[in-house]
Amino acid sequence: MQTDDLENAGRTQEVLTARRAGLTGCRNCGRVHDCAAQVCARCGSRIASRDPHSLQRVWAWLAAGIIVYIPANIYPMLVTTTFGKTSQNSIVGGVIELFHHGAYVVALIVFVASVVIPIGKFLAIAYLAVSVRSAAVIRGHGRQKLYEVVEFIGRWSMIDVFVVAILSALVQLDFAATVNPGIAAASFALSVAFTMLSAHSFDPRLIWDAYEADDI
Amino acid sequence: MTSLTPPPQPRQAFDPETLIACPACDALHADMAVPAGARARCHRCGTLLLAPREGALAQIVTLAATALVLMMSAVFFPFLELSAGGKVQRSSLLDAVMAFSSGKLLPLTFAVAALIIVLPLVRFATLLYVLGPLALGARPARHAVRAFRIAEATRPWAMAEVFIVGVVVALIKISGLAKLSLGPAFWAFVTLVLVTVLKDNFMCRLTIWKTLEERRKS
Repeated sequence: MQTDDLENAGRTQEVLTARRAGLTGCRNCGRVHDCAAQVCARCGSRIASRDPHSLQRVWAWLAAGIIVYIPANIYPMLVTTTFGKTSQNSIVGGVIELFHHGAYVVALIVFVASVVIPIGKFLAIAYLAVSVRSAAVIRGHGRQKLYEVVEFIGRWSMIDVFVVAILSALVQLDFAATVNPGIAAASFALSVAFTMLSAHSFDPRLIWDAYEADDI
Repeated sequence: MTSLTPPPQPRQAFDPETLIACPACDALHADMAVPAGARARCHRCGTLLLAPREGALAQIVTLAATALVLMMSAVFFPFLELSAGGKVQRSSLLDAVMAFSSGKLLPLTFAVAALIIVLPLVRFATLLYVLGPLALGARPARHAVRAFRIAEATRPWAMAEVFIVGVVVALIKISGLAKLSLGPAFWAFVTLVLVTVLKDNFMCRLTIWKTLEERRKS
């Protein structure tokens, strides 16, 4: 059974899915129902064999996430006042400053969390959403992994927002130095939340449907 | 590691009660008892379906209760202390939350409060409410199904561990500017994160849903 599965991995093969059997599986708890059921008997969540609006929601949240990511990079994230002098730091500016201070590891963490992960997520979600429609270069298992990574990693982008919150709370030494949050903190937080919702709207079952679409 | 098998082939009329559909790829499996300690994966996409463990419920309940207590102390004790030029500034977790409360960024205050305090609390409380009776072998509490749905929905949004990494980054950013010391709340919060990660590792969603359903019937 196992070896058989391995040989056929990724190839079009006869896999009996709930939809093919005329049933509906719950994405929350795995319970199987007749296709007429709308609410899961075990966990009470709404069920549908496939949600026809799943991709629409993915694209809508993704667009919103990308749009608010732009002001997050233009406007200041941190407004620092040291001895009467005010300086403003954007996301990338903060990374560069950390780098100049010699804190390379921290600079890297912030850069990955606030630039690499968000942009990587935009691309990954867009790719997943496009690839369920057309022939995919990456096999089902690869895209399943990609989806799991995107779902797992999204929340870690919030690091920079928390850094701003802690610095603003901590550094209020009237004369010597004060740190205040900039407007970019809000739009960056929104961007992270929107992309998380986008990834959450994606139905991973769509990845696998392509392998059995011909005879349904 | 075992792999659940597909249901027997000629497709007779299936009884949905005897099947499990993989939440990730929709492949059907025959629902059979998985021994404690074993892990059952989907035969097509490899997603972990069932991983029951001996005494998992009691462990999760204990960890959730610990997390609840730790969170309380993390909120009220001093979190970080900053001293520069003879001035000392003490901040609690609440101060960090209130950092955005001036002017245009007020909504962000609510968001941060939700992400690092409220949602983790909701998650611990609902888990206790749902799994407490189950761990004692009793019938599930009223509305346990809805409560566990809430616990599952808050999972990605409870960001205590992300906050801790944020604290570390912030500390390094200002380490040149002033002298810093960590308060008891900081250590409570670090412990909280460890406990949370441990708890989430013990949890097997599908097993808990199945147990809830069985206990409701009996």
